[in-house]
Amino acid sequence: MNDMRIVRKDVDMNDTKISAKGVQVYYGDTHAIKDVDVEIKDKTVTAFIGPSGCGKSTFLRCLNRMNDTIDICRVEGKIELDGEDIYDKRVDPVQLRAKVGMVFQKPNPFPKSIYDNIAYGPRIHGLAKNKADLDEIVEKSLRRGAIWDEVKDRLHAPGTGLSGGQQQRLCIARAVATEPEVLLMDEPCSALDPIATLQVEELIDELRENFSVVIVTHSMQQAARVSQKTAFFHLGNLVEYGDTEQIFTNPKDERTESYITGRIG
Amino acid sequence: MSDFTADNGPTNGTAKTSLFTQTARTKRRNAAETRFKVYGIGAIALGLFFLVALLFSIVANGIPAFKQTFVTIPVELTEAKLDKNGNRDPADLAKVTTFGYKPLVTSALIVALKEQGIEIPFAKEKDVEDILSSSVAAQVRDTVLANPDLIGQTVDFRLLASSRVDGYFKGRVTRESLVRDKNLDAEHLDVADAMVDAGLMKTSFNPAFIFGSDASESRPEQAGIGVSMIGSFFMMIVVLFLALPIGVAASIYLEEFAPQNKWTDLIEVNISNLAAVPSIVFGILGLAVFIQFAHLPQSAPLVGGLVLTLMTLPTIIISTRASLKAVPPSIRDAALGVGASKMQSVFHHVLPLAMPGILTGTIIGLAQALGETAPLLLIGMVGFIASNMPDGITAGFLSPNSAMPAQIYEWAKRADPAYYERAWGGIIILLVFLMTMNIIAVILRRRFERRW
Repeated sequence: MNDMRIVRKDVDMNDTKISAKGVQVYYGDTHAIKDVDVEIKDKTVTAFIGPSGCGKSTFLRCLNRMNDTIDICRVEGKIELDGEDIYDKRVDPVQLRAKVGMVFQKPNPFPKSIYDNIAYGPRIHGLAKNKADLDEIVEKSLRRGAIWDEVKDRLHAPGTGLSGGQQQRLCIARAVATEPEVLLMDEPCSALDPIATLQVEELIDELRENFSVVIVTHSMQQAARVSQKTAFFHLGNLVEYGDTEQIFTNPKDERTESYITGRIG
Repeated sequence: MSDFTADNGPTNGTAKTSLFTQTARTKRRNAAETRFKVYGIGAIALGLFFLVALLFSIVANGIPAFKQTFVTIPVELTEAKLDKNGNRDPADLAKVTTFGYKPLVTSALIVALKEQGIEIPFAKEKDVEDILSSSVAAQVRDTVLANPDLIGQTVDFRLLASSRVDGYFKGRVTRESLVRDKNLDAEHLDVADAMVDAGLMKTSFNPAFIFGSDASESRPEQAGIGVSMIGSFFMMIVVLFLALPIGVAASIYLEEFAPQNKWTDLIEVNISNLAAVPSIVFGILGLAVFIQFAHLPQSAPLVGGLVLTLMTLPTIIISTRASLKAVPPSIRDAALGVGASKMQSVFHHVLPLAMPGILTGTIIGLAQALGETAPLLLIGMVGFIASNMPDGITAGFLSPNSAMPAQIYEWAKRADPAYYERAWGGIIILLVFLMTMNIIAVILRRRFERRW
């Protein structure tokens, strides 16, 4: 799996989608994220890498305010989506999460039919006017999730009956069904076998055309394969952020180099 | 146990041991394991033995309560006695009390005995009426009032025998035990035996025990558990419609919405403690709050239901919170991740998955409430003789009634041994109810169970 199967495409990477400035995150007394500044580009795959417990998942969860569900978690600093501060008092996290979708580490389809899994988001956001609309959204999302061909004959079978890789693609399809602008992925392939991983990675590369994708991964090869930008986190600090090729071939910080070459981590 | 120390010999590599021979240490461990298994089997066997003994004694003592001895005789409903004016006016008919009916029944019995050639061994022939229950006159009167056209005819009646006669056929009463009994003489039993031979008297299944009402202390043969069953039913309605929504709403708030701080910790501890509070404490609370302060009627199923609701709430809250906790957090994340609000994630995803646990907890709480006697003691539902069916739903909630366990307690403390038998019978009915509820809980759990 070390070869770079994904052919790089030229995309416009100039627009900043999410801009974080001086972000601090505390879990009770623990200072989990220390003063992180990062600019995430539109229509780009940005990878967060780093050793376990370095705060990359925590930071990812700040981007759609999933940390709000944790009582002891406190976020300081500024995170802007298209220039709007998402931690502003006027922001409803529910609306934010419709714009910033999320895929989790473990595939977590609802214990409902495949169809209902996809249709749930559009239903609660009122994206479909009628049944035909909804059918269309479901088909489109499943196609975008690269799983349509496998499930089109059993849309009303339970989503939990699929294999792990299929479930994860179903979850990605579910996340894109609400037409988000940013897609956050928290180690989406860590529970998958290499073949399913490859399918998901190809999918991520396709999703780049429509979304800004942020992916947290433990696998440096994966980061190198799918991302254009890479951020290296260590002990709650953002050590280095830059073009993926530069990070992997010519890291500026020696901690990055140590991690990439396997000396720390 | 220092399993890791290698100080005792063979394991530390100096001496080679075969896998086929057990070392002393292994033997000791295996022996300890075998002993533990034996203790476990012993404990289960003892438990099973007591269970079987309990069930056997309940069934053996309680089954006779479902049977009753009946006398079937034709009774001539003389118009001259029952309706002097002959115009069948209900008001006139109602003026004739059971004292007017009693002689008719007694003479009908004497006639029937003579027809069958059974000798009446009493100086006064009238004394033979003690074979019949003292409730028979009322039974005939009720039949006549319900259907006045019967007056003037001779109608076959199936009348209750007295509880002593009934006890004789069930082995509870013997001729020797009647020596000191003023209610019945040994001669009555001779007549009863002859009546059985002649087909006038028979012991058969008595639906009135299940559906009937309680009776006074001197007429155990007439008593049934039906009315108190209705009382229990209305209490359960109150408990279900109060405890389930309040309990589930409280648990959802505490589990999903409430911030984690010392106040919620305090509430949590208090709920756990409430589940362990003796039920009689809830009884006295109910007496003080619902009856003395709020002036709700005494002995009413509404008040009983309110008290039992207080008692059941902690059970429901604890089991509901446990089943909400058991729903994997990934489901909540998934729902929030697609932009569902907190409430949508709870009601669309978490609650349906927690449903089997909630329902099971609720039914177990209800079953517990159904069998509760102590709190009813304090609000007056024990000791009240439930002798009338409530007329209508409102009366069902507000008119005085008893409850099944209270009725059983009431019977068990009465002097007549015939009531003792009925208490056992009542226990059987209560257990059938509880078992039914538990089976429903299991079925619901199976039906709603989903894997994730």
